[in-house]
Amino acid sequence: MPRLDKKPRVMLDEFRVKNAPDDYGMADEKWSFKKFAKSFKIHIVRLDNTEMEFDLIGIQPAFANAFRRLMLSEVPSMAIEKVMIRNNTSIIQDEVLAHRLGLIPLKADPRLFEYKPEDAAEATEFDTLEFSLKVKCTNNKSQPKDSYRPEDLFENNCVYSSQMKWHPIGNQASVHKEADVGPVHGDILISKMRPGHELDLQLIAVKGIGKDHAKFSPVATASYRLLPDIRLTREVNGGEATLLQSCFSPGVIAIDEDGCARVAEPRYDTCSRNVYRYDEIKDAVELSRIRDHFIFNVESVGAMAPNIIFVEAVKILRDKCKSLLDELNTL
Amino acid sequence: MGEINKHSDWDNNKGLREPVKTLEEKWKLVPSFLQVKGLVKQHIDSFNYFINVEIKKIVQANEKVFCEADPLFYIKYLNAYVGTPDLEEGYNVTKPTTPHECRLRDMTYSAPITVDIEYIRGNQRVIKNKQLIGRMPLMLRSSNCVLTNKSDFELAQLNECPHDPGGYFIIRGQEKVILIQEQQSRNRMIVDEFKGAIQCQVTSSTHEKKTRTNVIVKNGKYVLRHNALSDDIPIAVAFKAMGICSDQEIMQLIGTDDTTMKKMGPCIMDCHNMKIFTQNQALTYIGSKLKAKRYQTGNSRTPVDEARDLLATTILAHVAVENFNFYVKAIYLAIMVKRVIDAESNKAAIDDPDYYGNKRLELAGSLLALMFEDLFKRFNWELKTTADKIIPKVKAAPFDVVKHMRPDLISNGLFAAISTGNWTIKRFKMERHGVTQVLSRLSYISALGMMTRVNSQFEKTRKVSGPRSLQPSQWGMLCPSDTPEGESCGLVKNLALMTHITTECSEEPISKLACNAGVEDVRLLGGEEINHPAVYMVFLNGNILGVSRQYKRLIRVFRMFRRRGLISAFVSIYPNHNQRTVYICSDGGRLCRPYIIVENGRPLVQQLHINELNRGIRKFQDFLNDGLIEYLDVNEENDSHIATVEADIDPYVTTHLEIEPFTILGVCAGLVPYPHHNQSPRNTYQCAMGKQAMGTIGYNQKNRIDTLMYNLVYPQCPMVKTRTIELTNFDKLPAGQNATVAVMSYSGYDIEDALILNRASIDRGYGRCLVYKSSKTTMKRYSNQTSDRILGPSRDANTGKVIRAHEILDTDGIAAPGEMVENRQVLINKQMPPATLNPVVQGQPQQVDYKDVPVTYKGPVESYIEKVMVSSNSEDAFLIKILLRQTRVPEIGDKFSSRHGQKGVTGLIVQQEDMPFNDRGICPDMIMNPHGFPSRMTVGKTIELLAGKAGLMEGKFHYGTAFGGSKVRDVCNELEKHGYNYHGKDIFYSGITGEPLEAYIYSGPVYYQKLKHMVQDKMHARARGPRAVLTRQPTEGRSRDGGLRLGEMERDCLIGYGASMLLMERLMLASDAFSAHICGACGRLASRAWCHACRSSAAVSAVEMPYACKLLFQELASMNIVPKLTLKKYC
Repeated sequence: MPRLDKKPRVMLDEFRVKNAPDDYGMADEKWSFKKFAKSFKIHIVRLDNTEMEFDLIGIQPAFANAFRRLMLSEVPSMAIEKVMIRNNTSIIQDEVLAHRLGLIPLKADPRLFEYKPEDAAEATEFDTLEFSLKVKCTNNKSQPKDSYRPEDLFENNCVYSSQMKWHPIGNQASVHKEADVGPVHGDILISKMRPGHELDLQLIAVKGIGKDHAKFSPVATASYRLLPDIRLTREVNGGEATLLQSCFSPGVIAIDEDGCARVAEPRYDTCSRNVYRYDEIKDAVELSRIRDHFIFNVESVGAMAPNIIFVEAVKILRDKCKSLLDELNTL
Repeated sequence: MGEINKHSDWDNNKGLREPVKTLEEKWKLVPSFLQVKGLVKQHIDSFNYFINVEIKKIVQANEKVFCEADPLFYIKYLNAYVGTPDLEEGYNVTKPTTPHECRLRDMTYSAPITVDIEYIRGNQRVIKNKQLIGRMPLMLRSSNCVLTNKSDFELAQLNECPHDPGGYFIIRGQEKVILIQEQQSRNRMIVDEFKGAIQCQVTSSTHEKKTRTNVIVKNGKYVLRHNALSDDIPIAVAFKAMGICSDQEIMQLIGTDDTTMKKMGPCIMDCHNMKIFTQNQALTYIGSKLKAKRYQTGNSRTPVDEARDLLATTILAHVAVENFNFYVKAIYLAIMVKRVIDAESNKAAIDDPDYYGNKRLELAGSLLALMFEDLFKRFNWELKTTADKIIPKVKAAPFDVVKHMRPDLISNGLFAAISTGNWTIKRFKMERHGVTQVLSRLSYISALGMMTRVNSQFEKTRKVSGPRSLQPSQWGMLCPSDTPEGESCGLVKNLALMTHITTECSEEPISKLACNAGVEDVRLLGGEEINHPAVYMVFLNGNILGVSRQYKRLIRVFRMFRRRGLISAFVSIYPNHNQRTVYICSDGGRLCRPYIIVENGRPLVQQLHINELNRGIRKFQDFLNDGLIEYLDVNEENDSHIATVEADIDPYVTTHLEIEPFTILGVCAGLVPYPHHNQSPRNTYQCAMGKQAMGTIGYNQKNRIDTLMYNLVYPQCPMVKTRTIELTNFDKLPAGQNATVAVMSYSGYDIEDALILNRASIDRGYGRCLVYKSSKTTMKRYSNQTSDRILGPSRDANTGKVIRAHEILDTDGIAAPGEMVENRQVLINKQMPPATLNPVVQGQPQQVDYKDVPVTYKGPVESYIEKVMVSSNSEDAFLIKILLRQTRVPEIGDKFSSRHGQKGVTGLIVQQEDMPFNDRGICPDMIMNPHGFPSRMTVGKTIELLAGKAGLMEGKFHYGTAFGGSKVRDVCNELEKHGYNYHGKDIFYSGITGEPLEAYIYSGPVYYQKLKHMVQDKMHARARGPRAVLTRQPTEGRSRDGGLRLGEMERDCLIGYGASMLLMERLMLASDAFSAHICGACGRLASRAWCHACRSSAAVSAVEMPYACKLLFQELASMNIVPKLTLKKYC
């Protein structure tokens, strides 16, 4: 860990967020690549298939924010865009059904697909995934006696996303594996039905970006917070120490054997600032956050691993910069 | 009352001094009350009383019909019944029906009214049972309705929502509510000041008559004024006419104290001066003042007889006179005079006309009873006239009156009254409009709110504050918040949650009990005894019952009997010490509500009772039966000492305890969380807006075909509930969604209450709504054997393709379900025969030139066809209904509102990445500008946000019940427990710069309602378009594609600015410019360059003027006013 005292910070006062008195904001600093390269660090804290927590240290908020924004709205993903309704006799309206289907996250690597041209009439194997959903609710012939639960009385009384069936176009069957295409979660309830209700739908998924519709966003959310920093300005012990401890998230404040409170791990703090509730210990702490230490949290919707989403976002930023430079050069 | 004096040993009683323990979960009495009495129970009770009891009474009161032609002929009604709902399918074939079928098929939900009759046919006496005389519209959930006592499952099979309150009628497919009508109570003395003079007024109302009698002061003398008399009658004359001939007796009746004697002196003198000493002289005097009757009946009676009759039956009609013994009526009149004398010296004795104890609420049952009695009388009169006409004729078959009983008269009379809302009863000179309204089905709450609405008879246009202002006696009976703004403010009110409106109960047992309790008959007593200071006069429903020497005992006995359940729970008794009277009321239409009885400073309802209630072994009725709870009406409430909470109980005076304070609010105000923290007008605004919020209207909403219905796609139960929400089932049929709101400013698009919405939230379904509209048509059959027809889609002659307008039609000529309809496309391809009246000559070839009368879709945005219904209506014609659906996504300009009267339109829709976010990555769904708070003072909203946020973390609903609910302190502690700031303010980062915002942002979930006002229904612009035929000016209004008016005030601005050419352009060129020909010689309008007056075209020139101006000239000319124009050369 680098020494935090040298770091720029924002002060969390009781009623406002305030920059440190000697801090004029990072926009004021002169950009130097060398300095940046020296100080910039990425530290991955946690990574699994759907979630990732990592620190970006020593970067300007504009960049950090750009990555966040790109992940939310410009990293592409696949989602159902068109629903051809052959038959829908369920109580759910056609438009609402289509909207619900659109929001189902799909397992499909968007990097393997292209955007469908706006004027394209025919779907091709490169830009479209096709599914069908054909469900009919009937009375359960072998229903157990004395049961009044709908799941016993009827068959297919609930339509789940797992009932969607993939129809490969062209040579998609050879390119993609069956397991790699389809809804991420099989237990998403699409509709409830009763005997006589029937769904016969053709679902067409295309590649898109979150800017167009939230369903194309590859992340459930991607956001960051600044690293909290807590300093004790005086010694706090005894009852005050336990009170202090209770004002912060668990693990933030530790109490030594001599009953003296010390800051153990400020990272865990939620910055609830509840210390300010107690006049007696209000003056003992200085709350702040490190301005160039971003703790990112990326929750993937399931189609791509969160680390890949981040890398994609970086690539998009790179491409954008490139195209800007190209434009400028042609002037 | 009364009991408190008994406790002489209170000092020794230590228990009295102990603080009263609060009853836990006392509020559970409220749902238990609503189970028995319900919110619309008053409507249903009143209607049940009408169809089961009162209709029989009415028929009995008019039981015999005679005819003049045959003295032996008569019809006698033996009994009357209202049956179960059915439909008449063809002649004499009926089939049972359900309310939903009636709604869909535009039928009337009604039941047959049958009577048992005994009549003379020829020379025989015939008894006929179950003779149909008419059809009675049935109130839903009344005793004869198919929906009563059905389980939820059975209701579902009948296509009915279990939460639907009922209490309305279905007339020709329309749901109609008979609003509760508020009016002054009848048969009561009201002392008021009219133009500086004191008067005592009594509006008497009996089955036959409705009259008004006044005692007023005129030139220092007391006179009797009545409509049937042409002049005021001196009061002494009136007494003498009633047989109280000696002056001493008159004075004894009125009072023999000095002031009264002094004031009455001139009246007695007057009488002497007029030389009226005997009853006959007095009656002659009154007879001379009778208003001349317009039509004279055959046997003319003497004026004395007429006067005596008038006194007996018309003046103070509700005081019964037997064998012309006027004594009781004289006492009544004496009391009226006494009241006036009292009020002259003591202004406090003047009654407050707005006091709710003197008001009665008229419900559907009593209104329908009036209407039915009127129609039944007319029905009998018609029978009599037909009998008169037919019996004298010699005929083969004897006259059978049954064949002349037309049920249409009564049915149509009732149907028409309910469907138009015009209540015209000639007998009572009653003519009321707007008694019924179409049940508003915008949301569940709007329908429920309508059932509790109280309409005042007061004129809306009058500018008086008295009837509009909040009356202290409204406490607990009428909601203090729920009233509309504007012209009907304070005149239209809503019932509170626990209010019950009494139905009439029999007087007989009450008068018997009173006599047993020491009330002495007034007829046996003289004036001195009646007016003795120790004696209290006892009134029963405004009539003198007698006098009592021990009024306290009388009241105590009555209350004891009532608590024991020996007399009706709704009988009220209360003393008036100034008037030295005890009033007993058992009439219908009084407002009352239940209270817990407190005795010796202890509420009788104990914790163990509540526990029993919780276990379901005790019902609300048991509390009444055990005498733990009783109903108090407004007057008796005034005689009680009621504690709001247990802590307020004063052992020496308290008589009752409030069940739950939140029940002073009504259904609509009950939705507001923490209303006691809001500025009061905000709650009133929310009451109006809650009715416009879309959401769900009932579990059967998908089976309904309404002309307009708004539904939310994903409605939610509010995070912060109230007890009322649970009691009214709003949580099961919600209208709104919990939005995560950040209170901060963002861009400039949030000024003036505008809201910022998150695009991603909208993408994910926030605020998405469904709008259903229906179109319908009937296939009529005409008298000339022709009928309307529907053709399949037309094809283009050249291409053979279906034309665009008919693209969505099925082969049967009706649009197919699931199709998308665009503007001007045909929904039903209907055609009409050209001639509908002249009979088609047989043998001629069928006419082919049918006229196209298609049902087309109009609207800038396309719709989808949800469903098509083909059925038949009551005229046996084909009825086709098409339900159209639109799904709408929130857009800029759509109106949203929280539950605190804070409405706003969407100002901007922002991408999710531009929205601020907090440490946990939460983006708000909505940003609200903080400037909305300081001036509105809706603290309740800030608490709702806090409680909602804590509820999210804890996974539970918080309660914002009025005068209770979750405490802010507890809520804050809960937030702290979950690592949130206890103020509810979080650190947010700007979505645009990525840096932390300088202020902590107050954020959390707030329940937001989407209101029915949407941009799509309002947007309108026009360049050129239709014009009115007469004036050639552009048409008005969006529906007619009208122009946008440059109004008077805008015109003033332009005049002030001096922009004359712009004015000319806007007011004339862009509107109705017209080139008129004017003859310069005579100055008149010329017709096409030729002046008819001058017979020349020499001086005719064209002048540009508004067409309306030319029209004015012509109209003036037609009235023999000739406008002449003087022309000058222009440039």
